[in-house]
Amino acid sequence: MINFSYTIWILLLPFLMFLLLGLAGHKLKPKLSGLLGTVGLGVITVLSYITAYKYFFTSEKIDNAYQKITAFNTVWLQFTDKLHIDIGILLDPISVMMLIVVTTVSLMVHIYSIGYMKGERGYERFFSFLSLFSFSMLGLVLATNIFQMYIFWELVGVSSFLLIGFYYQKPSAVRASKKAFIVTRFADLGFLIGILILSFNTKTFDFISLTNPAGASIIQGGKIAFLGLSVMTWSMILVFMGGVGKSAMFPFHIWLPDAMEGPTPVSALIHAATMVVAGVYLVARMFPIYYFSAPVALNVVAYVGGFSSLFAAIIACTQTDIKRVLAYSTMSQIGYMMLALGVSGYGGHEGLGYMASMFHLFTHALFKSLLFLASGAIIHAVHSNYMTDMGGLRKYLPITHMTFLVACLTISGIPPFSGFFSKDEILAAALDHNKFLFFVEWAVAGITAFYMFRIYFSIFWGKETQYHHTPHEAPAIMTIPLIILAIGAAVSGFLPFNRLVTSDGRAFETEINLAVAIPSVLIGLLGIGIAYVMYRKESAIPDKLAATFKYSYKWAYNKFYIDEVYLFVTKKIIFRYISEPVAWFDRHIVDGTMNAIANLTQNVSFRIREFQSGQLQKYGFVFVTGAIMLAILFIYLWK
Amino acid sequence: MNYGIPIQYFLVLATIMFFAGVYGFLTRRNLITILMSVELILNSVNINFLAFNRYLYPHQLEGMFFSLFVIAVAASEAAVAIAIIINIYRRFTTINVEDVDEMKF
Repeated sequence: MINFSYTIWILLLPFLMFLLLGLAGHKLKPKLSGLLGTVGLGVITVLSYITAYKYFFTSEKIDNAYQKITAFNTVWLQFTDKLHIDIGILLDPISVMMLIVVTTVSLMVHIYSIGYMKGERGYERFFSFLSLFSFSMLGLVLATNIFQMYIFWELVGVSSFLLIGFYYQKPSAVRASKKAFIVTRFADLGFLIGILILSFNTKTFDFISLTNPAGASIIQGGKIAFLGLSVMTWSMILVFMGGVGKSAMFPFHIWLPDAMEGPTPVSALIHAATMVVAGVYLVARMFPIYYFSAPVALNVVAYVGGFSSLFAAIIACTQTDIKRVLAYSTMSQIGYMMLALGVSGYGGHEGLGYMASMFHLFTHALFKSLLFLASGAIIHAVHSNYMTDMGGLRKYLPITHMTFLVACLTISGIPPFSGFFSKDEILAAALDHNKFLFFVEWAVAGITAFYMFRIYFSIFWGKETQYHHTPHEAPAIMTIPLIILAIGAAVSGFLPFNRLVTSDGRAFETEINLAVAIPSVLIGLLGIGIAYVMYRKESAIPDKLAATFKYSYKWAYNKFYIDEVYLFVTKKIIFRYISEPVAWFDRHIVDGTMNAIANLTQNVSFRIREFQSGQLQKYGFVFVTGAIMLAILFIYLWK
Repeated sequence: MNYGIPIQYFLVLATIMFFAGVYGFLTRRNLITILMSVELILNSVNINFLAFNRYLYPHQLEGMFFSLFVIAVAASEAAVAIAIIINIYRRFTTINVEDVDEMKF
């Protein structure tokens, strides 16, 4: 047995760094605090890579399967003998893979931020929040039990809130951070209820016993409970609701595009690579329960994922803010991952979808953070988020251009870049289990290629825009992370995920299914081709198309009015018919009673206080009268 | 034992003095007069002590001593009270008790 107890430092270091930078950061020089945060994260990254190496290549396999290892565990809250909440570290293929994803992207973002955030107010605050986020995200992926996961789940929500609202002088940023927090918090309500139902029925929080396919918890809860579905199904759907909120799936996706108000490195780290895939990770973590005792819930996962990916891809085609396009693209890609989990089976080749989902999570983290960081470099150079202000930038930003191109090719699924492999596995898994969803995803692959190359051509080719001052390439500290991530995005497709990260821990063989690969590459190329025709040079085709499909274009441009629906439901219905009467009741009945009591007391005391007049002789009179009365009482009543 | 004067005379005198003192204490506005009324009350008590001692326990002297004690206390009380009155006068430039009413709500 290998000793993994040092992994506790992976959790503790970022937390200590958060405390150090948060409490003493303002006393340090900004540069030093940024450097400290980055070095701290570098150490964690090294530790994570060592852990991954030891886990995947030297740890003992039992029955050819990777084991779940509890590296550290301690009882945190003891309620009764049986009911206690633990904090610990669980190592298994997906958590180790997530360690790599989180630390790698986080390190790149840290390095990039040193350049990007230079001269900003609150530099050290930014780095302390980044450390807090890294701590919470690592705690989430390493959680040994569902309650620990929930705690860290909320912590990542808080760090996301803090970082979206980083520019707190900007009202739009404040609004966006509130929106993100409230929407995800609302979804987490479902998660919490789901956890309670689940653990009430299975009598455990622990992931190892919860997800053991042969264990008792899988079998229980099969009986019909409510609306024709079993207790287990309901609890898993509710748990998934938390994942829907965090991963910005339909219908809780409305916070993600607004979250782009945060600094771009934050969007790359939190809203592209790590936090938003927490929902996928959650479903993957609980996968055996979904598969064995709540297949209906798994179907829900698949359809929500499929619908969200299509929905987001369509919206992404019409947006002009590049960060928003990327946000919708993130949502669409996460939809892919959800769908892959939803159509997956358990064990061996059946578990292809599971493996594909994790694979896509990995490659997506690399290429999407690359896209965001590159767009950060572009925004840095142009001082605008809007595509309409850009064009012909390839001459000015050669490194950003190349890395962006690599990322676009990757996301479009063009071989030999990594996105091709992971997307291919997802499509293959979908084809095996659900033909309808396969066609949806196949179409989405084409739309993805189209909108990605739409922004690529509009930014780097297209019309020659006159700039106020010549855009210049970002400094090396920002381009080096771009290059590293581009290399990662290009070659990570060759990682043998089928041997490392599988549903039951056992390796299985995969091959490129040509019947899937060829159509998917073709539709990707088709999307690129259309984008080339429309956006390579300035042309009237996009406007004409928009005019032809006036109404559908308008719907998509306005994000299908989902935000307005939310506003209508909350403001016009909930606020008006529930909140306002309740508020009235509170103000008039509850407060009224309290005020009445207070007024009465006050009036009475105003009357009473006149007895204390300061007139000595009045006191004396009262005293003498009292004494006489007592004397009379004693004389006549004392027998 | 017959001393010629019945005890009731003493008691009535003491009662009259006591209530005269109480009345003066409650109605007079001048602090010096109030102090004098207090002396009157104390002296009426003294008379009671002496009368009861003489009539009820003629061979004991506790009543006598007690009234001597009361006289001593009354003297020191008068000294303290006059010191207070002087201070009040310095502060308020009056010794009218109605004007000295700062100790209130």
